[in-house]
Amino acid sequence: MANLKTTEKKTKAQSMGLHSEVLTGKTQQKFFNPDEAENFYYWGTYDVDFNKRIDLDVNDLDCKEANKKIDELMSQGYGTIVIKNPQGKHSLGVGVLNKLNLIFEGSLGYFGVGSIDGPTVRINGRVGWSCAENMMAGKVVIEKNAGSCFGAAVRGGDLICKGSVGARTGIDQKGGTIIVGGDAGAFTGFMMQRGRIIILGNVGINLGDSMYDGTIYVGGKIGSFGSDAIESPMTKSDIDWIKRKLKVAEIGENFDVSKMTKVVAGKKLWNYDALEPTEKKGAI
Amino acid sequence: MCGIAGLIHRGKSSNVGNELQAMLQALKHRGPDSTGYALYADNDGENFIMRFKVGENVGEGSSSVNEDESVYDKRKELVDSMLKNLGAKVIKEEKLTPYSYRYEMKYDDDLMEFSKKIESIEGVEILSIGKSLELIKDLGDAQAVLDRYDLGKVTGTHAIGHARMATESGVDIKSAHPFWGYPFSDVSVVHNGQLTNYWNNRRVLENKGMRFMSECDSELIAVYLAEKMRNGASLEEGMKDSLSGLDGVFTYFVATKDSLGMAKDTMAAKPLVLYESDDLVAMGSEEIAIRSILPQEIDTYDPFDGEVKVWQI
Repeated sequence: MANLKTTEKKTKAQSMGLHSEVLTGKTQQKFFNPDEAENFYYWGTYDVDFNKRIDLDVNDLDCKEANKKIDELMSQGYGTIVIKNPQGKHSLGVGVLNKLNLIFEGSLGYFGVGSIDGPTVRINGRVGWSCAENMMAGKVVIEKNAGSCFGAAVRGGDLICKGSVGARTGIDQKGGTIIVGGDAGAFTGFMMQRGRIIILGNVGINLGDSMYDGTIYVGGKIGSFGSDAIESPMTKSDIDWIKRKLKVAEIGENFDVSKMTKVVAGKKLWNYDALEPTEKKGAI
Repeated sequence: MCGIAGLIHRGKSSNVGNELQAMLQALKHRGPDSTGYALYADNDGENFIMRFKVGENVGEGSSSVNEDESVYDKRKELVDSMLKNLGAKVIKEEKLTPYSYRYEMKYDDDLMEFSKKIESIEGVEILSIGKSLELIKDLGDAQAVLDRYDLGKVTGTHAIGHARMATESGVDIKSAHPFWGYPFSDVSVVHNGQLTNYWNNRRVLENKGMRFMSECDSELIAVYLAEKMRNGASLEEGMKDSLSGLDGVFTYFVATKDSLGMAKDTMAAKPLVLYESDDLVAMGSEEIAIRSILPQEIDTYDPFDGEVKVWQI
């Protein structure tokens, strides 16, 4: 069993409610090793030029064909790709591991832009369930509403929905920031482990249920707190950080950030075995 | 998994047969086993439409036992005889498939007793009774069922439908959706999800005289709502009550002669995308169902957990 020991000296991040433990005992933190660089190789990465722009009409393509076409265009150096007529199709724009400006002129179905690492995505419509699931890095902006499981298991980057989102937003979140301009459904931040969620509107029941770590900021009413989710005082660091993030997200310009509610894990439910912390530190 | 779709035109009639087919076909990947339509058609409203089956579709993929088709004719004769005894006057009859019929008839008495008598004939099940409800369900995808029952020309105000992936009961018509809200005319239900207190509720409802024709958990919703309405509750009251009375995960639609409703469980575990305008409400398990009839850019949203909505025509 790994020992979790509280550090005495608090960093700025820790004062904002982030993790405050160091791992001892059997647990070892893993760091990037240049000798193992080959293990970090991504297939399908290209040098692209953001000024090289092309429109891609996917009306008559299925998701596999559309995603293959996006890959082909990146291989030809296109750095700005505008997708026309997405028509709510599933799994569009998944697995883009590249810098890229990807613009969707319409709405996406389930699993849109999942498992991406690096692109800047703008969706001028709505998205279905599990948008940007497992996103590693980059920025995704959705102009309208989003379905449930928005940003499930995201590990990094900024995921922004200007409208409202469904249930279980940020479920299993491991990093990055999720920003919602409207309301969010039940179980927001369910089992989240790291990262931050900002909801400007109301949230449903069981907010932050069984969360391990991370921080949720809510601007409106909270339906109810989930197991082990507790309120924490807002600090100046919180307010400054949220203001900066909202500015980047281009929403909530006149929003009174100081009145938001900050929710963190009470950390009474933890039940790690000897291996989980290792995986946790290695993965995040 | 299953896929559900529904639409209601407010203040006008439209080709709901073709519209629902397009929506359900887009959801075929969620349920390829059977497809069902509950179409609220532009009938004259004078006579009851009774759709019933005297056997099962035993084609490819069916889990039903093969029967000699001669028993179908015998069962149909018994139905005709029973109708005569009950005082029902058949205006028009159509044989739709070897195992299913559509009767137009006049009948003025209690539908519960009527249905019990008809369904006391072995192998006979009433799929629906109503003055505008046309409930059709069979094995195959939306296009196959539409073609088999010639639904492309049906016009009406609203409709709900279901593309089924059989998980908890057989691949057969009796387990297919929609379910008729026995014994109420013009009530139908489709459901996506699983109900975990099915048997407890079924035992209670059967003791109250309600009937179940299948072992499909979704049938419980139709019977549950029918029993609530039988005791004086409005449709919306019954639906709100179901959020606590039904255990499990569900999104379901229910339709009556002049309304369409949706309910989503308190876990919001099953999907639903909704489009709402002044003259049309369209909803489905996935956005692509709505896109199949509204290809232009529109605003849609996911209803939240525990939401119940009812629209009138």
